[in-house]
Amino acid sequence: MNSVPTQTETEEREMIEAIEAMLPRFAKHRSALIPILQAVQQEHGYLSGGAMERVAEYLEISPSEVYGVATFYNQFRFHPPGRHQIKVCLGTACHVAGGDIILENFERKLGIRAGETTPDREYSVERVACVGCCALAPVAIVDGTVLGHMQPSRVEGLFVQFQVEREREEREKAEREPGGEQDA
Amino acid sequence: MANKTLEARFRGLRREAERRVQERQREGVPTISIVMSTCALASGAAETRDAIKETLERIKVPARIVPVGCMGHCYAEPLVVIDHPASGFPPICYHRIDAGIARVVIRSFFEDGDPSFEYVLGALEENDLVPPVTQFPRFNLEERVVMELCGRIDPGDIQEYIARGGYAALARALDGEPESVIDTIERSGLRGRGGAGFPTGRKWRLARSARSERKVVICNADEGDPGAYMDRTILESNPHQVLEGLAIAAYAVGADEALVYVRAEYPLAVKTVQKAVRDAEACSLLGRGVLGTAFDLKVSVFQGSGAFVCGEETALIQSVEGRRGMPRHRPPYPVEKGLWGRPTVVNNVKTLASVPPIVSKGADWFRTIGTENSPGTAIFSVVGNVKHPGLVEVPMGTSLRKLIFDVCGGIPGKKAFKAVQIGGPSGGCLPERFLDTPIDFDSLAQAGAMMGSGGMVVMDQDSCMVDVARYFVDFTQKESCGKCTFCRIGTRHLLVMLDRITKGEGREEDLEIMETLSHDIKAGSLCGLGKTAPNPVITSLRYFREEYEAHIRERRCPALKCRALVAFYIDLERCARGCDACVGCCPVEAIFTTKGRKKAIDQQRCVKCGECMVACPPEYNAVFKVSPPERAPVIERPPENGPAPAGNP
Ligand SMILES: Cc1cc2nc3c(=O)[nH]c(=O)nc-3n(C[C@H](O)[C@H](O)[C@H](O)COP(=O)(O)O)c2cc1C
Ligand code: SF4
Ligand code: SF4
Ligand code: FES
Repeated sequence: MNSVPTQTETEEREMIEAIEAMLPRFAKHRSALIPILQAVQQEHGYLSGGAMERVAEYLEISPSEVYGVATFYNQFRFHPPGRHQIKVCLGTACHVAGGDIILENFERKLGIRAGETTPDREYSVERVACVGCCALAPVAIVDGTVLGHMQPSRVEGLFVQFQVEREREEREKAEREPGGEQDA
Repeated sequence: MANKTLEARFRGLRREAERRVQERQREGVPTISIVMSTCALASGAAETRDAIKETLERIKVPARIVPVGCMGHCYAEPLVVIDHPASGFPPICYHRIDAGIARVVIRSFFEDGDPSFEYVLGALEENDLVPPVTQFPRFNLEERVVMELCGRIDPGDIQEYIARGGYAALARALDGEPESVIDTIERSGLRGRGGAGFPTGRKWRLARSARSERKVVICNADEGDPGAYMDRTILESNPHQVLEGLAIAAYAVGADEALVYVRAEYPLAVKTVQKAVRDAEACSLLGRGVLGTAFDLKVSVFQGSGAFVCGEETALIQSVEGRRGMPRHRPPYPVEKGLWGRPTVVNNVKTLASVPPIVSKGADWFRTIGTENSPGTAIFSVVGNVKHPGLVEVPMGTSLRKLIFDVCGGIPGKKAFKAVQIGGPSGGCLPERFLDTPIDFDSLAQAGAMMGSGGMVVMDQDSCMVDVARYFVDFTQKESCGKCTFCRIGTRHLLVMLDRITKGEGREEDLEIMETLSHDIKAGSLCGLGKTAPNPVITSLRYFREEYEAHIRERRCPALKCRALVAFYIDLERCARGCDACVGCCPVEAIFTTKGRKKAIDQQRCVKCGECMVACPPEYNAVFKVSPPERAPVIERPPENGPAPAGNP
């Protein structure tokens, strides 16, 4: 899977430092395992190997045990997500309403499969089970916002929107940086 | 009341809450309630709220904007209620109010005194000016016990709940013996709403009589069923009714610790419950010495992390203990030995939310609703191909037909009803002839489906029952914890066969094998997941066998759903030359221009997304779908880069 970028060493180090600071908030008790993993992922978007090892050490259980628990649950991710996180619901109502076609559109547009991140780390796509908005099926969750009544044409629209945003950001960045290239 | 401190404390709380709520009403400013649940937000409720705020500021009308939870009318979101007694109008409920419409409605209501009838869903009270919502079947066929206050109060304001009579049942329970609470629940006949319908009173009695110093009560809000979202809605809309039920349960069984297990996919529900717990603690309704009595209850919120099997109570307990959520053998049952080895009661959200009304109004009152063996109400999320999808609370025993056609408006788009899937991934698909089945625990089980947690997916003629069965087996197969061989490998085999059939590669003997295998999986699995996983296969084989046969014998999908078995084509007679609407929408550029300058589809390239069928203007309707794919006429693609077709055809 070469479309899954791996984390850099600096990133890993920063993640462990952040976890170090956070751990004392939790009881040194097995029952804190899932809440800790949830907090790490909340903060960093995924669980790195080093992070899981550190958690194991803190709770005095084996790293493979931590890994075994984390992989059991659908919530946990082991690769960095994209800057824009796209999730497509494939629950029953969304299935009946054509959720798979929506997912396929995202996959095709980005050239990746569900569960992967684009090499530039801009986008990741995932499938999720019901998010509880079945009356609005098919549903996609884009950067945490639930979008109901998805249509393939809205997939196009989203990317246009992202593109516009990105161009604006780049323009602003160029303007802020003195001496940077500026179009007259 | 016998306990003076308890009585005084609760009366004080209630008076204070009523005073605050009345004070707001006296100010004379209009109240505008906006539904802000997850489903409403997904329909743009936040933008609607902002537009309303902005417009009110612009026209300088002071108003109180109150976020409320979901009323169940998800098809009509965003929903807004304007309550302005001084206007002479009753409280009016508006539907499908996007930001643009919101500006119009607010201006015309407050500037011109015109309630914009075109956006009105109905008035919330009987009156002579605006037709009340109670005239719609949607409202008058429902009977709300659990959801009575959903959408009517601000879930973030404990005062509103108390002012409406909330926590009175807890005060009453605490004033009596735990035994008498259990008696009431037992006499009410309340059965658990988490799926199996186990009598709640009996469960509590077992836990009460278990010998242990410390006991635990868990509210199960894992709601892993795809297509079901009642528990999310209740927690987002009226969390205190659930917490009140939880506290009563804890008192009844003698627990000093309680847990709300909510799935992490429901971030808003998690936040709402967390706040509700803090607020209830601040009012001495939870925590140490509840209402001045000797009853302590520590309540915490645990986020489940997305594994369907964790809704099963023993797996749920494992996951709280920080392990993989693997179901374990019962006995011992959780009521004997559960979380940390302590006797543990696990109850569903709806079960707990039914408790306060029963304690307040009595067991006999509860028995007047529903049927003999399934008293009370049932809450369903009716979704899929219905006109008015959403949450519905009806008395147990209501027929499927009434629910789907009268309450939810039937099937949209002049299509025919095909089946309804009840009971989540492990329920069954029932065909038309079961529409008059009363919905309760026993009749559904007889029909081969089950009550489950109340997800109901309605399907029209365009759903393929083989595909649906494949979908569910795929789901349970992925969610199997893997402990039992039959569940792990058996469902895998079912899936392989179903996959094959939906691709047109099924074999005649597959059907027999699937039938025997299904029964073996049921017999050989430990927990409810494996025991029920083959249900969708069994019911669809029983009621829709001819559809399986068409797939196997004719490589044909009668519903035109299975992608490997359909093809799209353009009818050259109907295609408008040069309209081109289909070309732009095709994501893979499969549509080309024929020599006659009409359009045709390159079958090799087509990914069968169906976009062209939607894009082709209705006056032409030139795109068709057929099964088997060979039925699509073959049209050669003219050589690429050739001279562009010019002039006359
Ligand atoms: C695979 C599986 C998944 C389940 N999921 C849920 C669930 O999401 N919510 C729930 O309340 N009960 C679920 N149950 C049922 C619980 O095990 C348990 O019976 C229920 O929470 C008891 O509550 P009640 O007595 O109020 O019905 C599930 C059972 C199985 C076998
Ligand atoms: S039946 Fe399936 S999910 Fe249940 S315990 Fe066995 S393997 Fe796990
Ligand atoms: S959209 Fe319909 S009418 Fe128009 S070119 Fe395509 S097939 Fe023909
Ligand atoms: S099935 Fe997609 S939100 Fe429920």
